[in-house]
Amino acid sequence: MFVQFSTWDIVRNLLEGGKWTLALSLIAFILGGGVGLAILFARIARNRLLQAFAKTYIEVFQGTPLLMQLFIVFFGLSLVGVDVSPWLAAALGLTLFTSAYLAEIWRGCVEAVPKGQWEASSSLALSYAQQMRHVILPQALRIAVAPTVGFSVQVVKGTAVTSIIGFAELTKTGSMLANATFQPFLVFGLVAAGYFALCYPLSLYAKSLERKFHVAR
Amino acid sequence: MAYQFDFAPVFEHTNLLLSGAGFTLALTAVGAVLGIGLGIVGAICRAWRIRPFDSVFGVYVEIIRNTPFLVQLFFIFFGLPALGIKMTEWQAAVLAMVINLGAYSTEIIRAGIQATPRGQLEAAASLALSRFQIFRHVVLRPALAKVWPALTSQVIIVMLGSAVCSQIATEELTFAANFIQSRNFRAFETYFVTTALYFVMALLIRQLLMQIGQRYVVGRAG
Repeated sequence: MFVQFSTWDIVRNLLEGGKWTLALSLIAFILGGGVGLAILFARIARNRLLQAFAKTYIEVFQGTPLLMQLFIVFFGLSLVGVDVSPWLAAALGLTLFTSAYLAEIWRGCVEAVPKGQWEASSSLALSYAQQMRHVILPQALRIAVAPTVGFSVQVVKGTAVTSIIGFAELTKTGSMLANATFQPFLVFGLVAAGYFALCYPLSLYAKSLERKFHVAR
Repeated sequence: MAYQFDFAPVFEHTNLLLSGAGFTLALTAVGAVLGIGLGIVGAICRAWRIRPFDSVFGVYVEIIRNTPFLVQLFFIFFGLPALGIKMTEWQAAVLAMVINLGAYSTEIIRAGIQATPRGQLEAAASLALSRFQIFRHVVLRPALAKVWPALTSQVIIVMLGSAVCSQIATEELTFAANFIQSRNFRAFETYFVTTALYFVMALLIRQLLMQIGQRYVVGRAG
């Protein structure tokens, strides 16, 4: 039995897949931001052990392919008896990936705060926590906005890899449609256009934030 | 019953893993050389506003940087044959890597070129250097030296990204891993070892490129 696909059918199915790409991106970015914050605090902590842990965490996730991370989460979780759906493995894998990159980006931002700010605030007898909360982090946050938005593009693009573990997002939907319609040129062209529509506004926004920040300085 | 880890069935296939790693490295080497070459050309067109190539490269950079590598690969391998452009999985993988790295390195190197102080160009001109000499010694070398760490990181990102080339049956490291785990049913162990291999390769490439940068790029740019 053959089903005829009109171009509209293709677009409609791709939009359905695109919804999952968007959902996964949001989840990975939000959860990854949370975990990334924890890793950041470990990375800039005074405790050597925490520092070493965070450093290794970041290096491992930045030094291995996202696809391998997803495979390990996918097959590793099933070993410990968790029944993993591609959805869960994709969300968990991307969250870990995102957290490592965000922690490293944010560490750069914290270190970009001038040393004098640390010295001045410690001379005011602020505790480490108070220095962080009132002096360092507010300034680091301002520096961090542009690169963080810029990195969100990498998260959206990273979701494409989850198609390989069987998560039916935009790329996976595209592969299935290309096989069903024998129109790979059109389908993958549309898939690429879909990612572009998600990512390009983020790229532009990141660039304008960057420009604004440099002017403000 | 707790799961018993068993890595022996993975190491039975050590040869396959190592040859896969070799192919990934070869793929990366070709992709890096051609990709950075393309990036240099793109960066010159962008930085010096050579029409119409500057806007062509501008569009190219935005398209590539805002779409996933996997989709670029699928488009090249599955989509282009519709236009009569057919290629093997190796050609498609190399082409995708070159196009991808070319876009990122265009932007990276452009930043380096634009950071050349005007005074240096004037000084070089006053020394009666030819246009080509100025470009080679005063513009390109220092520009590459400045952005070399960023280029190194990008090459590593491309190497790690090449894992998805297994999806079009390019027989690199991940393809080897998929094959092995389909034989020994030890998926976790197989991918764990493979991940470790990628990690070591990333470290090696960083070391190697830093050495190359020190010796051939930064050293003479001084």
